Amino acid sequence: MRLSYPTNVKVVKVPCTGRVDVLMVLKALESGVDGVYLAGCEIGDCHFLKGNLRAVKRIAYAKELLKEVGIEPERVEMYHIATSDGPRFAQVAKEMTEKIRALGPNPVKDKNKAFKA
Amino acid sequence: MIVGNRKPLEEILEMVKPYKKILLLGCNECITVCAAGGEREVGVLASELKLSRAKNGGEIEIKEHTLERQCDFEYIDQIKPFVDDYEAIVSMACGAGIQYTAERFPGKVVLPAINTTFLGVTLEQGVWSERCQGCGECILHLTGGICPVARCAKSLFNGPCGGSSNGKCEVNPDTPCAWQLIVDRLKELGQLENYEKIIEVKNWSTSRDGGPRTRVREDLRIPKDS
Ligand code: SF4
Ligand code: SF4
Repeated sequence: MRLSYPTNVKVVKVPCTGRVDVLMVLKALESGVDGVYLAGCEIGDCHFLKGNLRAVKRIAYAKELLKEVGIEPERVEMYHIATSDGPRFAQVAKEMTEKIRALGPNPVKDKNKAFKA
Repeated sequence: MIVGNRKPLEEILEMVKPYKKILLLGCNECITVCAAGGEREVGVLASELKLSRAKNGGEIEIKEHTLERQCDFEYIDQIKPFVDDYEAIVSMACGAGIQYTAERFPGKVVLPAINTTFLGVTLEQGVWSERCQGCGECILHLTGGICPVARCAKSLFNGPCGGSSNGKCEVNPDTPCAWQLIVDRLKELGQLENYEKIIEVKNWSTSRDGGPRTRVREDLRIPKDS
């Protein structure tokens, strides 16, 4: 199955979405990326039992923090995609890219001189 | 442990408005355990502050540093070599730690990032609950190990008020009535006779009412002239 997905999506591999900490998400945005989404396993399918459930809560918390900062919380999202579901992976990548494109670039990247260099 | 809450970002942003270089100081003890002001929370607040400043076109330089404790001067003094590189310190310790940091550096602006709330316990991961108010004269031996000072909304000493219903406190239906808990526990312990004992009017001078308290152990003190 050869599927294509938007080239702007950079994949960061983690052993489980349960490994993802709120700070990782914030740091990514700080570094100027326009959005972050987690592609976790389906609910109930976590190899480590509760990793993806924890990730759901952490993404919800990250959204709260972004709201506090005044950055669109929609820049951060949680998706559940079965490991075998390639088409869904490609579809989510497209969906998220379109969503972020509609929001425009990360306001931090826009304003921070460091990113303009 | 001492339990506290991170202040809302808005409040912290307002406090740090005049500054471009801040030292964000966490504490490794109680406030780490209650997930309000440890190394992780220091990281999150630093990131939030940087994102917010960058978004509004401003700059901020933040040094993240977490001390073993902020209530012992030996630890606070560890920031001496670099504290002057920063315009202000934002402390994420409890109120005691924040004040002691300010005391050690009288010329520095020290700002609180934590609302210190209570002395309590961890009920489950992510949930903390108040247990003690440091009244200075413990009566837990009379009350089945349940504190009427901290856990009864009215700090009653001889049984519940008329608002106790179905084991809940009238102040908040989610809060158990402390006196219901006490009586249940005394029954379980076979100590109901304690409930009959009148606890006399408490001498609050050992508590906050007597003014700020100091504890001294002469045997531990190091003589000034040695
Ligand atoms: S400064 Fe406060 S939070 Fe830190 S160890 Fe001391 S009492 Fe606990
Ligand atoms: S009686 Fe006083 S010292 Fe004892 S737990 Fe209650 S508040 Fe704390």
